[in-house]
Amino acid sequence: MSNDVADRVKKIVVEHLGVEESKVVNSASFIDDLGADSLDTVELVMAFEEEFGCEIPDDAAEKIVTVQNAVDFISENV
Amino acid sequence: MSNPQPIMAGKRGLVMGVANDRSIAWGIAKAVADQGAELAFTYQGDALKKRVEPLAASVNSDILLQCDVTDDASVKATFQAIEEKWGKLDFLVHAIAYADKEELKGKYLNTSRKNFLQSLDISCYSFTSIAQHAAPLMTDGGSLVTLTYYGAEQVMPHYNVMGVAKAALEASVRYLAADLGPDNIRVNAISAGPIKTLAASGIGDFRHILKWNEYNSPLQRNVSIEQVGGAGLYLLSDLAGGVTGEVHHVDSGYHVVGMMNVDKAKDLSELLANFNPQG
Repeated sequence: MSNDVADRVKKIVVEHLGVEESKVVNSASFIDDLGADSLDTVELVMAFEEEFGCEIPDDAAEKIVTVQNAVDFISENV
Repeated sequence: MSNPQPIMAGKRGLVMGVANDRSIAWGIAKAVADQGAELAFTYQGDALKKRVEPLAASVNSDILLQCDVTDDASVKATFQAIEEKWGKLDFLVHAIAYADKEELKGKYLNTSRKNFLQSLDISCYSFTSIAQHAAPLMTDGGSLVTLTYYGAEQVMPHYNVMGVAKAALEASVRYLAADLGPDNIRVNAISAGPIKTLAASGIGDFRHILKWNEYNSPLQRNVSIEQVGGAGLYLLSDLAGGVTGEVHHVDSGYHVVGMMNVDKAKDLSELLANFNPQG
């Protein structure tokens, strides 16, 4: 299950940020490692919500700074 | 049957305020481009430029201008560029607003003077400023459309200073309609229901507002940018030739409802229980 979540999260990140798949590792920070700007992080959260049919509240969204953070939140809340 | 001429064939318009492909302004731009309109876009700052560029290209627009609506010189330069490129302008979409995110939660009562003035400047005065510059280019008449929200008319949680700014914007639509009517320039606003856009991500507890609208509106759903686009197409085209000074609601009918939907009482009570008033 969590592998599936991780794959789907990574696919969204690759598509949205236009980065190479190999760079999207679990520990990668959207802003520091993958070149995201602050609007990208908001757009990514919106894309995750759409993909997984979940709602990510603002206070949780602020804590999603790495790929792993996203996978963890979605795995625990979907 | 022969194909009718596309509704916007031969018309040229400037779209100000697209952020990404979820933007309401993009819904309108797409709708008018699909009907043959030729478009120019403005953006503010590099972060938005890189988002608007591919969208503009997708509707064959090659006019992409940086415009800071708080800077008179920048607004002037934008319309000078339009004049040089096209000579005239047929329509304009204004989808620009700003308020300090920190004050889009809690109480309106706590609005600071600085945020009040900045919010009104960017969200309201910008439309008047743009109308001043656009009108002289609308030599064959024209249509201006801006975006507003029901929070201008009635109190919505967390909308705060933006509700006050939108109320001023709606009033300015009426005054501009009167001033520009003799030149055959129509001025209208679309009051769209809540839509999950980049801008909406700044509004506290926005998802609860979305749900509330879905449960209580006559159509029992939220609106899409395509639906707002359809209304925008109508107002920007000659189909709405007799319409000016109007605030047109595209909100699944929410604004006609006087009380919450009793058939959804259970869902609504759950929603209310989860609503964070400090959000």
